[in-house]
Amino acid sequence: MQLIPCPWCGPREETEFHYGGQAHVAYPEDPSALTDQEWAQYVFFRDNPSGPFAERWSHSAGCRRWFNAVRDTRTHDLLSVHRIGEPVPDLGEKDEVVS
Amino acid sequence: MTADIGIRTSPLAAWTDRLAALEPALTAVERPFLTQLTVRVSDPVAVAGMGGALGVAFPAHPCTSTRGRGPFGDVEVLWLGPDEFLVVAAPDSSVPVEDALRTALRPARGVVVDTSAQRTTVALSGPHARDVLAHGCAVDLHPSVAPTGTCVQTLLARTGIILRVADAGSGAFTVLVRSSFAEYLAAWLSDACVEYRAALS
Ligand SMILES: [Zn+2]
Repeated sequence: MQLIPCPWCGPREETEFHYGGQAHVAYPEDPSALTDQEWAQYVFFRDNPSGPFAERWSHSAGCRRWFNAVRDTRTHDLLSVHRIGEPVPDLGEKDEVVS
Repeated sequence: MTADIGIRTSPLAAWTDRLAALEPALTAVERPFLTQLTVRVSDPVAVAGMGGALGVAFPAHPCTSTRGRGPFGDVEVLWLGPDEFLVVAAPDSSVPVEDALRTALRPARGVVVDTSAQRTTVALSGPHARDVLAHGCAVDLHPSVAPTGTCVQTLLARTGIILRVADAGSGAFTVLVRSSFAEYLAAWLSDACVEYRAALS
């Protein structure tokens, strides 16, 4: 069983967590100004990289807090986690993070 | 039709004898009707004030709890999240404790909600309490990493629980489980105990 490091509770079993999709997708500054195509882009379209990907996760069976994680989609390695409001950590040598 | 409020039935009232039969491998006793108050507050001054009102400082670190004696008797404060705590006190003390917490909270923003009926409490001890928990809970409960006072929300046999280490040395634990899941958990405990009961008899 894979362990996921909750930024509050520490490493816990994957089954305690809920996946929340791509992180840091900013809400449009002026939604009413968007065309239908731009709105659809915001609502439905997400990146799908092969490599590090910034994602939202919720520790749903634990502290029930949302947090962000950088996961390598090729290996399922959780490269880092950061709390809501914190920037995506610099992973140095690793590939560029899609977020 | 009027509800008979004079008689309360705890979620595990029907399980008293079956849990007692797990002795001596596991001592499992329901602690029914404990007062439980969910507190949401992030202001550090208010948190300190509420601790002062109870005579028990609120836990400062994630996955820990505090315990002490104050004007409301023995009180435990469990960490549930960065701005969320569960205050556990003696049965039927929710009104005075809630009032005291609300008074201490002001003027900060926050909430104090009586959630006593949401969960019941099972106290686990005995020589195999840690072993039985390990059958259905992945959290490491070795005393070196889970000392007395450790308090985690996790899954036990796929059921959401709050698990508090009451005494790491002797292996005593407190499990808070949702009332509607309590009988399932009691049945699971009975089943998980079988091999240890055989070994001791
Ligand atoms: Zn957590």
